[in-house]
Amino acid sequence: MTQDADVLVEIDDVYKHFPIKQGIIFKREIARVHAVDGVSLKVRRGETIGIVGESGCGKSTLARCITGLHPITKGRIIFDGQDISRLRGRALKPFRRDVQMIFQDPYGSLNPRRRVGAIIGDPFDIHGTASGAERKKRVQELMELVGLNPEHYNRFPAEFSGGQRQRIGIARALALKPKLIVCDEPVSALDVSIQAQVINLLKDLQQELGLTYVFIAHDLSVVRYVSDRVAVMYLGKIAENARGEELYENPRHPYTGALLSAASIADPDAAERRERIVLSGDVPSPIRPPSGCRFHPRCPKAQENCVDVVPELIVRGGDEAGHLTACHYPVEPAENLAEEHAAIEQLSTEPTLPSA
Amino acid sequence: MSLTDLEAEASVPPASEVPGGRKIEGRSPWQLAWARLRQDKAAMISLVVIILLVAMALLAPLIAKWAGYEPDFGDRKFGVTDDGLPVGPNGHHYLGTDRLGRDILVRAVYGARVSLLVGLLSTALAVILGVIIGATAGYYGGAVDTILARFMDVTLSFPYLLFAIALAAAFGASTPLTIFVITFFSFASIGRIVRGQVLQIKEREFIEAARSLGAGNVRIMFIDVIPNLIAPVTVLGSMTIPTAIIFESTLSFLGAGTDPRTPSWGNMLADATESYTVAWWTLFIPALFLLITTLAFNILGDAVRDALDPRSERLFAAQKANRKKRK
Repeated sequence: MTQDADVLVEIDDVYKHFPIKQGIIFKREIARVHAVDGVSLKVRRGETIGIVGESGCGKSTLARCITGLHPITKGRIIFDGQDISRLRGRALKPFRRDVQMIFQDPYGSLNPRRRVGAIIGDPFDIHGTASGAERKKRVQELMELVGLNPEHYNRFPAEFSGGQRQRIGIARALALKPKLIVCDEPVSALDVSIQAQVINLLKDLQQELGLTYVFIAHDLSVVRYVSDRVAVMYLGKIAENARGEELYENPRHPYTGALLSAASIADPDAAERRERIVLSGDVPSPIRPPSGCRFHPRCPKAQENCVDVVPELIVRGGDEAGHLTACHYPVEPAENLAEEHAAIEQLSTEPTLPSA
Repeated sequence: MSLTDLEAEASVPPASEVPGGRKIEGRSPWQLAWARLRQDKAAMISLVVIILLVAMALLAPLIAKWAGYEPDFGDRKFGVTDDGLPVGPNGHHYLGTDRLGRDILVRAVYGARVSLLVGLLSTALAVILGVIIGATAGYYGGAVDTILARFMDVTLSFPYLLFAIALAAAFGASTPLTIFVITFFSFASIGRIVRGQVLQIKEREFIEAARSLGAGNVRIMFIDVIPNLIAPVTVLGSMTIPTAIIFESTLSFLGAGTDPRTPSWGNMLADATESYTVAWWTLFIPALFLLITTLAFNILGDAVRDALDPRSERLFAAQKANRKKRK
């Protein structure tokens, strides 16, 4: 799987650390947040890769690294054959045309003081591709494409609903005909009924325009619906990366198993029958991540080995080719994770109530 | 819903046309604010008063001609009594004279010129300076922010009266110097608030969106940051005008403001300290003008704030009262 013409983005061992600084005038670094800690990922043309994980696992930071909003600490991001991770300022501009982002908050991502036409037309202005009547025509085409009334060209964002605003954000992202769109939780701020509309719109647009998506979400069912591949992140690292259905049918990492068991099921009977795997404690601080496997303080299958050795993200025994798992003791198909007990002592961060 | 459905939806007749044939137009935030401001009676009265004051200042020579007196020359015939005391309001001098026999009305009208000029000009300069420094500090952060924010803190902790008196002693009291002093001591409080606002705006997602589209710092500053500052800056500006007018009068009163010979309200008040025991009008008239002007600007400033920020409670209460009335 080396230099594949099919690969649009290759994320190669990317680190993003945020320094924590203290001091009034002379600031010195006292610690760093390990937001993204050695992530490797390949995105093929025309596919959708879903990235899931709980809040604080670094998925949004990874998205911002891919779009070039955050300069990365270490590693390489190769987009369309070009290493973009060392580009700065003006040199980034051509790359900006090819990669666009759809943001989580449809209220915060549109400037409230500007008219919709100006917002969607911004990319044309910035890159000087269209102006005047031509720009207006293109903007109205885009509005129609995403299902907005082109007559509303002169309105302000405040005059639209959440779903409509997200469509405005999508139209803005589509303006320059990008190759890759990074969707950072594009539907989590919307009503469930509106979520379906926006997701279907994104899927239709992908077919029509041949787009590639990096789709970030914490809703597993949404990710399952849109993604060809899914990567599960935990504390800045990828825990498991597999073909969508494969991951859902045959989760190998205990964290994936726990995450899937927590997802909501539409059928109440099925929901009653299944066994939930309840993890103890909270996600550890990314300032001082645990040694070895990051999941060991909460893993029901943890062994001593997990504390010392960082598990590699590789194909584990019996799995199909693209199914990568970063676990020393992957879950076997017949195993019941809820009945496993760790072989190491795990300190819980949950309060212990005095027994009556 | 597929794309074809969406297209069908998009081709329905524009929703902006109501059956009656009247078109609903999207109103800009400014139109909305103006509509709210117009509902406020006190604000409208203040606005009229301010317009009248400005007209008065602009037409000062005409008013002087109509009254028949010059602002700088005493009237020897009717201006002072036989004992050399100021005369009260009468048929010759409608608002009386001061101890040099100068017509108070004409001087007060000319004083409006000085007060409004100093008030508006120094506010404008303070706003420009405050926005530039505050926005730069907030937007760029880091060392730039540290230096600029500390500089603003230093100006705010200066003993401004002593500074103004020292400057007047060194360079001689004059109107440009007064404008400089007022600007220098008002920009920092604006700059601080602007900096705070920019820090807040900078973290909003639309800034990130603009950056991911490839917009440069200058474009983001002028298209995304500063337009979002217009409302708070308008409020700050309208609140700074009356303070600047009072500041000018205080400085002039102390002899550290405008040239003591120019007719300004502060200078008139300073003159009046020697005569008000026998001639109340010498103190009362300039003080009244000062009061009316600052009150009008203050009320208008308050109303502008309410109009630009619809969430503020006062307006909410007013709307409720209106609704009750309609019932």
